[in-house]
Amino acid sequence: MTQTVFYVFAAFAVVSAALCILQRNAVSAALWLVSTMFSLAAIYVLLDAQFIAAIQVLVYAGAVMVLFLFVIMLLNLGQASSDMRGASSVAATVVIVGLLAIELFALWRYTPRRLASEISQAPAFADPATVFAAGQLAQQDAAARGVVGGLAAPLFQIYLVPFEITSILLLAAIVGAVVLAKRNA
Amino acid sequence: MLLGPALGLSAILFSLGVAGVLLRRNAIILFMCIELMLNAVNLTFVALAQLYGASGQIMVFFVMTVAAAEAAVGLAIILAIFRHKQSVDLQNINLLRG
Repeated sequence: MTQTVFYVFAAFAVVSAALCILQRNAVSAALWLVSTMFSLAAIYVLLDAQFIAAIQVLVYAGAVMVLFLFVIMLLNLGQASSDMRGASSVAATVVIVGLLAIELFALWRYTPRRLASEISQAPAFADPATVFAAGQLAQQDAAARGVVGGLAAPLFQIYLVPFEITSILLLAAIVGAVVLAKRNA
Repeated sequence: MLLGPALGLSAILFSLGVAGVLLRRNAIILFMCIELMLNAVNLTFVALAQLYGASGQIMVFFVMTVAAAEAAVGLAIILAIFRHKQSVDLQNINLLRG
């Protein structure tokens, strides 16, 4: 059942992403990207990452894409003519992206068992449950404390310093965006 | 556990993002393709977080923050370029070309 739902959303994500890069109109491209992000949020739920799915919808499909649409409409790019590159660039793209896709798509064949046997030092078969104990612990943690609690504890303990640095990054981004967008900077 | 299929899907989405960056000349659509690539990487993190624990999901959290900051600053740059050149077509933006 989970498999079927996953493949439905995966197909939806791939088709929307392909339409996003092929749409001539910038607004439709942005809306297809929103649909890709929604299907990815559904896939995150299937992968036991409910909190990430929620912030994917809130931050990406909500905030970031609204920013994109706002800029597209501000610049009035709705009815732009085709901006595809020439035939030689398309051929080069197909070759480069094809090689990249084949290379990356080899990951398709990984199962937890195979990853465990490749990572563990023992020459023979390894049990995923012993190699990836952290995953099991995280699942028990999420079951005990809830999805958000299981994520908040490491975020505010182990990753506290990166979390605080993130706030400095956001402050710098706000100041940078305001300075750049000011008319007579 | 959906490890392999999720990694395969993220490979396809990342390749589509690269294809978009190489194919299009509209700066805003280029930006959206970069967001698509970031999303593909996020999917990899979430897929492997099933095995490695919550750290993968926290990395996704940080990637999203950086992506939001990047979108804000990048779109401000595009706005500034548009004011200067009246175009977001990358062919017309060649100030640094020798």
